[in-house]
Amino acid sequence: MARKLLLEHINVPGIHTLDVYRQKGGYRAVEKALKTLTPDEVVEEVKKSGLRGRGGAGFPTGMKWSFLAKPEGVARYLVCNADESEPGTFKDRYLMTHIPHALIEGMIVASYALGAKTSYIYVRGEMMPQIRILERAIAEAKSAGFLGKNILGSGYDLELYVQPGGGAYICGEETALLESLEGKRGNPRIKPPFPAIAGLYGCPTVVNNVESIAAVVPIINDGGDEYMKIGIGRSTGTKLISASGNLVRPGVYEIELGLPVEEFIYSDEYCGGIANGKRLKATVAGGSSVPVLPANLTLKLANGEPRLMSYESLSEGGFATGTMMGSGGFIAFDEDQCMVRNTWNFARFYHHESCGQCSPCREGTGWMEKVLHRIEYGHGKMSDIDLLVDVAKKIEGNTICPLGDAAAWPVASAIRHFRDEFEWHVREPLKSLETNYGIAKYAEPIAKPEVTTEN
Amino acid sequence: MSEKVKVTIDGITVEVEPGTSILNAARQIGGDIVPPAMCYYSKLAGSGGKCRTCIVKVSKGSEKDPRPMPKLVASCRTTVMDGMEVQNITSPEVLEARSGVVEMLLINHPLDCPVCDQAGECDLQNLGYEHGLQKTRYEFERRTFERIDIGDKIQLHMNRCILCYRCVFTADQITNKRVHGILNRGDHSEISTYIQTAVDNDFSGNVIDVCPVGALTDKTFRFKNRVWFTKPIDAHRDCPTCSGKVTLWYKGEDVLRVTARKDIYGEVEEFICNTCRFDKKKTADWTIEHPTHISDASVIASNHYETMIPLPVIQEDLRLQQANKVELEKTAKF
Amino acid sequence: MLKVEETQPVEFSSALTVKFEEITSRYPEGKQKSALLPVLHEVQAELGWLSPAAMDKVAAYLKIEPIEVYEVASFYSMYFLKPQGKFVLEVCRTGPCCLVGAEKLMDHIENSLGVKEGEVTPDGLFSWRGVECLAACGFGPVLQIGPEYTFYENLDAEKVDTLIAELRKK
Repeated sequence: MARKLLLEHINVPGIHTLDVYRQKGGYRAVEKALKTLTPDEVVEEVKKSGLRGRGGAGFPTGMKWSFLAKPEGVARYLVCNADESEPGTFKDRYLMTHIPHALIEGMIVASYALGAKTSYIYVRGEMMPQIRILERAIAEAKSAGFLGKNILGSGYDLELYVQPGGGAYICGEETALLESLEGKRGNPRIKPPFPAIAGLYGCPTVVNNVESIAAVVPIINDGGDEYMKIGIGRSTGTKLISASGNLVRPGVYEIELGLPVEEFIYSDEYCGGIANGKRLKATVAGGSSVPVLPANLTLKLANGEPRLMSYESLSEGGFATGTMMGSGGFIAFDEDQCMVRNTWNFARFYHHESCGQCSPCREGTGWMEKVLHRIEYGHGKMSDIDLLVDVAKKIEGNTICPLGDAAAWPVASAIRHFRDEFEWHVREPLKSLETNYGIAKYAEPIAKPEVTTEN
Repeated sequence: MSEKVKVTIDGITVEVEPGTSILNAARQIGGDIVPPAMCYYSKLAGSGGKCRTCIVKVSKGSEKDPRPMPKLVASCRTTVMDGMEVQNITSPEVLEARSGVVEMLLINHPLDCPVCDQAGECDLQNLGYEHGLQKTRYEFERRTFERIDIGDKIQLHMNRCILCYRCVFTADQITNKRVHGILNRGDHSEISTYIQTAVDNDFSGNVIDVCPVGALTDKTFRFKNRVWFTKPIDAHRDCPTCSGKVTLWYKGEDVLRVTARKDIYGEVEEFICNTCRFDKKKTADWTIEHPTHISDASVIASNHYETMIPLPVIQEDLRLQQANKVELEKTAKF
Repeated sequence: MLKVEETQPVEFSSALTVKFEEITSRYPEGKQKSALLPVLHEVQAELGWLSPAAMDKVAAYLKIEPIEVYEVASFYSMYFLKPQGKFVLEVCRTGPCCLVGAEKLMDHIENSLGVKEGEVTPDGLFSWRGVECLAACGFGPVLQIGPEYTFYENLDAEKVDTLIAELRKK
């Protein structure tokens, strides 16, 4: 069994309550940090651990913390990003539902490290039940003296509030989240300045994902060095993977980074293989924004070596043959799934969620959706495929925030790897409405590139 | 005064105050290397960054950190650093990306220039001419909205809007109360008051001047004439509300419309009040200064002579001749 | 633009006003606009939707312009700017849920309720709509029902019919 740092006690009855959580060692990290460590020492531990942001970008958390500006007399804020909306990702909902205190404990330690006196957990509005769970847990923690004035006699004060969103994927982008928290439309800000300099209410702010914050707890309990020993290379620690799609056992799994993708999909400890005895056709490894890969490139790198669940291995080969870790939303497609339909579905999602602020994303996402819709419903043209590639290219990199890239990548990668299937849709419009293209060669082993010896 | 910083744009070096944006540094150089701007407006705080037409390539970040910036950046919202090197029209990558942005701005635009009051002084028209493609690749129905009147003097033609947010910033910063804003999300976004409210305050007419396209137009001028048939004359009056410095747009002896004076980037020099704009349409209301300087590149210049041949109305009116004596004498010398 | 013939005045309950005060206390002084999203949720929970009059009242309470409330309410997908059924069934229609049958489920709901997406049943009890990813992809198909956003997972036609029957009895 692999080590579990976040979900170790997930099945303990009553773990959502403070009492049971404490019986299982909860709030040790708060005591240790506030009583024995200085804020800078906490930051140092997190830096040492090599923890990388679990929300999608994978930026080292300790580094992000150390960038926080600390001007005299200006409030600093920690905001937890619980606006989990990336299709394929549902780990934060799971964590907040079952072990809310893990997040709250992490928030206290992280707020202490950053010198924040007020912190917010921005939860997407649709997670009203989780908001209630967190509010209850915060009340428990407060009455036990872990929040409020002079926590554990350390002289440190902290108030923690839960803020509901209003239903907008874009608020997962950190500056859009801050705008939303200020009671405005979720339009991403133009950077610089970055939140570390001017964030919430113009004050220095750190925005971290739920899982990143929760991971601070084991890092403080066991030390950054211990955490760093888990995982592989620069992908340290454990990661929550949300597995969905056509799997025998979809759900949230905590893995040690470096687990082979094949083992994750097929072993009984994790997803247990593809549902209904079918074969795997494709995967999206890190949430809908990352490039989609055919089965063969999911399981193996282009050079034939096994692909691992780590930041580096998943992105090995760049966008030509690789993908990204993203937020860890692992979606599996079986042999009967239509890549065109799925690409259209994702394009519709980004079209629906574009904030409309900058022109390439506002106009381009709708354009891509319409073209994909036309191909899927049997009146596409062969030239549409190149048109899509070009529109995606015109959006990518030219927008205010990463939503433009996130909208462009799934389309560009689907055409890169499944062009045959798109062309078949155009060539056989009637057939494509009745049946699907099937697995084709997408699961066949990739021919090893010929080794050329350089002289 | 802090020390100036050096920035090189398309090979031309200029020294600017620290904190200057790349766009404004380029405007200090002037000419072809100035990136086009559809949403940025130097007089409106917080504007810019949205339309993406002003994107440029930063090939060298600064003297201290010479690494290039990984993506194209919006020049209107990127601050220059000492030693920065920027490529605008010398970078094929920039030109391609910009033409992509222009295409995006046009796919849902009605292209109704023949019946648009803004034609001839439209930033989007100019941009489309310079960077656009000759053929659209967009084969779907364009987004449409109903035309609405926001107040009795301003018409909102949302189909033409490119969502630059300038009118929103204007209402926030120039007027005392904002009743219109951006509603909805994504490509459903629209400028609206949501419920039927009139935009009504002393400075509301400025939204017409800041609009880069024909989305907000002056109802008192609507369909009266094509701008290139009118002759702009700078004039002023003693106004208790604003500076009173305006441009009068003449057709024959009639003032067809009054606007604020605009600089070569289409930005107003000073915002004017609604009384000057909508209610003072007689020559007698104004002290005439001189013909407005219009760039040769503008279609409005085609019909325009920059000499003070007195307008017929001045020739007939002794009071006007007296008021403009100095100017008339000056031009008589030529 | 909304053609408002006549704006029905609204009254907020005293419980709601108490709630407003608690919410605004979470933010630093002068930053009460931050309360806008949570306050709108509370208003919608009480009234079922956000009428212009209700939004104007919120604006007055938070000391902001009404347009600032309209801008926000129309940006976020959870706020209803039109009256809805008593129960709004919101079904996830994004990729991962579609892999496990969300589209079929939406067709089924349309047939069961006899109204199209966004419409209200004649008895005023139900409306339904497809919404984007609800972050429960591993338990799809899923749907949620406000105002408490109760969650229903691993759905099929039969379970949805049972659910609708139960709601009818409420």
